[in-house]
Amino acid sequence: MKILKFPVILIFFYSLIFSNANSSSQNEITKNLRCLICQGQSVYDSDSEFANSLKIVVKQKLDEGLTEKQIYNFLEDRYGKWILYDPKFDKNTYFLWLLPILLFLIGGAIIFKLFIIKKN
Amino acid sequence: MIFFIFYRGLQNSNIYTPTIQNEKSIPNFNAKVFETDKIINSTQIFEKEKFYLLNIWASWCVPCRDEHSYLIELSNKKNLKIIGLNYKDDVKKAKNFLEELSNPYNTIITDKNGTIAVEWGAYGVPETFLIYNRKIVKKIIGPLNQSSLLEIEGLVK
Repeated sequence: MKILKFPVILIFFYSLIFSNANSSSQNEITKNLRCLICQGQSVYDSDSEFANSLKIVVKQKLDEGLTEKQIYNFLEDRYGKWILYDPKFDKNTYFLWLLPILLFLIGGAIIFKLFIIKKN
Repeated sequence: MIFFIFYRGLQNSNIYTPTIQNEKSIPNFNAKVFETDKIINSTQIFEKEKFYLLNIWASWCVPCRDEHSYLIELSNKKNLKIIGLNYKDDVKKAKNFLEELSNPYNTIITDKNGTIAVEWGAYGVPETFLIYNRKIVKKIIGPLNQSSLLEIEGLVK
């Protein structure tokens, strides 16, 4: 009897750990999704009909075994890049990603010119 | 430059509209037929080389009432079948809605938790998709109006 109990307990704990992992992945994904019908809220934060449906879809997809990236691709395919808070690095977002580096370099060059060269 | 960016930003709408990708294949899904327990697959609803209009509606949606007369008008077209996707609705209220305004739908499927609407890339009600050969030909966000009615009639000819 004791031998039988062991796998049951093991399965129970495994399913508990698995469901908790899925739930935290669901939260992580929905935090990175923009609620398209809300003003400045993520799907995770919003309680709108649209956000609630998306939360269910993300959970379903995770249960089906889809990875985080596959879920983002699925939603991007339907709603466009705007649904993702973290835009991918591509031809439309080069400027967005490179602007801080560009500003840093220009700022650095100005400081270098003003202080270092002047000092010498 | 900053002034120019903000000036351009003022002219843009702050309401997001998803990119309308036409000629995209319709999703594959299972749905419950309205008022029954029968589960139907999307391939059983949408046949190849035929025109379909998928309309996402709900009895609690006010703009759905406004567009209903256009759906009734489109239901007279012989080469177009109208499929209703009843979104997050109470069956009794949905039934009353159709009894009051009449039923333009050939088939009604239900979407209790809104997940089928997400599969279609919809974000609210009402929304309408014109489908031909299992591909989305036209997507109309918001209620149908006279111009969208004429456009659909033109495409379905």
